[in-house]
Amino acid sequence: MGQKNNKKMETLKLKDNSAYRTSKDKVFLVGVIIVSIITISPIVLIIGKLVWEGIGQINFSFFTETTPSTFEAMTAVANNEVIPGGIVNGILGTLLIVGLASVIAIPIGILVGLFLYENQQSRYAGLIRSLSDILQGVPSIVLGLIAYLWVVKNIVHGYSALAGSVALAIMMLPLIIRSTEETMKMIPETLKEAALALGVPYYKVIARVLIPSGFSGLATGILLSVSRILGETAPLMLTTLGNPMVNWDITAPTSAVPLLIWNFYNDPNMLSLIWSSSLFLMGFVLTLNIISKRIVAKI
Amino acid sequence: MNKNIDILENPALKLENLYIAYGKTDKYAVRDVSATIKKNAITAIMGPSGCGKSTLLRAINRMHQLYPDVKTQGNIYLNEKDITKMSAIHLRRKIGMVFQRPNPFPTMSIYDNVVAGYKLNGIRMKKNERDAIVEQSLISVGLWNEVKDSLRKKGTFLSGGQQQRLCIARAIAFKPDVILLDEPTSALDPIATSKVEDLLVQLKKDYTIVLVTHNMSQAARISDYSMFMYLGDLVEYGKTKMMFTNPRDKKTEEYLTGKFG
Ligand SMILES: Nc1ncnc2c1ncn2[C@@H]1O[C@H](COP(=O)(O)OP(=O)(O)OP(=O)(O)O)[C@@H](O)[C@H]1O
Ligand SMILES: [Mg+2]
Repeated sequence: MGQKNNKKMETLKLKDNSAYRTSKDKVFLVGVIIVSIITISPIVLIIGKLVWEGIGQINFSFFTETTPSTFEAMTAVANNEVIPGGIVNGILGTLLIVGLASVIAIPIGILVGLFLYENQQSRYAGLIRSLSDILQGVPSIVLGLIAYLWVVKNIVHGYSALAGSVALAIMMLPLIIRSTEETMKMIPETLKEAALALGVPYYKVIARVLIPSGFSGLATGILLSVSRILGETAPLMLTTLGNPMVNWDITAPTSAVPLLIWNFYNDPNMLSLIWSSSLFLMGFVLTLNIISKRIVAKI
Repeated sequence: MNKNIDILENPALKLENLYIAYGKTDKYAVRDVSATIKKNAITAIMGPSGCGKSTLLRAINRMHQLYPDVKTQGNIYLNEKDITKMSAIHLRRKIGMVFQRPNPFPTMSIYDNVVAGYKLNGIRMKKNERDAIVEQSLISVGLWNEVKDSLRKKGTFLSGGQQQRLCIARAIAFKPDVILLDEPTSALDPIATSKVEDLLVQLKKDYTIVLVTHNMSQAARISDYSMFMYLGDLVEYGKTKMMFTNPRDKKTEEYLTGKFG
């Protein structure tokens, strides 16, 4: 008898509860929608604005010709035409600087990351880990100054792509170090043991089992670090300076897309090029991000 | 106290006063274990969870040396040679290991998994030699007919039981003297389990097999010798038949009759 009564009470309570829950769910849902709109709107507005203002300027010559002179731009604007020329010096300069930065940062970053993974507990590793975290917080302009002092003043004796690459490589390092360590930690210990149990020397286990197994993680970390530095402007102002011509000499001043955007901003005749260059840069970064997401999804 | 069966003539493995501890504590996971392990036989290591079976097994191919916290004392001899006097790399090529969970290399094809020992060590050989090793190893684990048309597929596409047999193939492709298996069937269904068991019985004519198992009936079915461990001690060691019909130690009897475990 007592039990029966209890049961009735419970079902009654449950009904009450469910009504309360549905209303709570609704409030929650509305909240989620509002918050997501707030989060999404900036990105939608940014991309919308870039496409709206910039797409007209993007044509074949945009990717094949160097930046126009102020005079050419002024004439075009006065005649209500599309500004001639393009940003190929910036695009190739960015590729050169970022490529060189990757060549410097990727091997060092992966090696340090592997070291941290191998020496989880050691105090020295802890020190390096904290230093790497601190490095991540150093303002990029400061890294630009450092690269200026090291490379521009003392090594190349002039503004150069190399100097910019050093600054950007320092920015990439903490990201690659972290992602390498985290990726390695995700690889099951049993895989390592399986290889060691076959009598494989430790360094070969790292090179032939751990790195291939963690390849997608490493690639993602690298892509994200590249997309992180693609838009860096401040350090490049102090190191690569800019160049109206296409330049492949790593010891000479070199242009880059974000530098061009800054230049365009300072030249009232080139305003519409700001938008097309920004659209290009944004598209580049977005593509890298999407590729790296894809890689992650594939694991 | 000699808990051991009669000292065997040239044993495959000889363990001598083995003590193993994790960390600095004096709590030994394996305490004073001495035993000789017969060639071309299956020796099962049984005992309740946490009694030190895996710890003992992993001492035999010096897996513990990867972890500086693990302290090992005592001696182990492989074919009368002190294993600490050999290079770990050489030793592990002589002593294959199969783990509890199948762990084929996820980046490698079935084919490459079988010859992983050669590939990862950078041992070069002719393609037809390698093909022969792959075929032979897969035949001996009974996997050849199942996978011969998909050797280029990733090893991780196989079922759990097939993966485990692939891992055994990987271990025997290297022609070791001894194969250590740590609960190789605990992640498998009964059919896959019986396939692996049949395989082990087949393999013992060429290899010395040491098998850790939770499963008493498995030990009874396929092993020639059995060890019973309890809280790090080797309580009893003898012919499997003898132990199951007439255990000498009270603890063994209680375990075998299911009083604990
Ligand atoms: N990595 C480790 N660090 C610290 N202690 C450990 C570690 N591995 C095992 N131990 C301890 O050593 C003892 C023996 O463990 P072991 O793994 O050898 O047991 P087992 O007999 O294989 O058990 P199971 O049947 O559950 O696999 C246990 O008390 C366990 O807690
Ligand atoms: Mg175990």
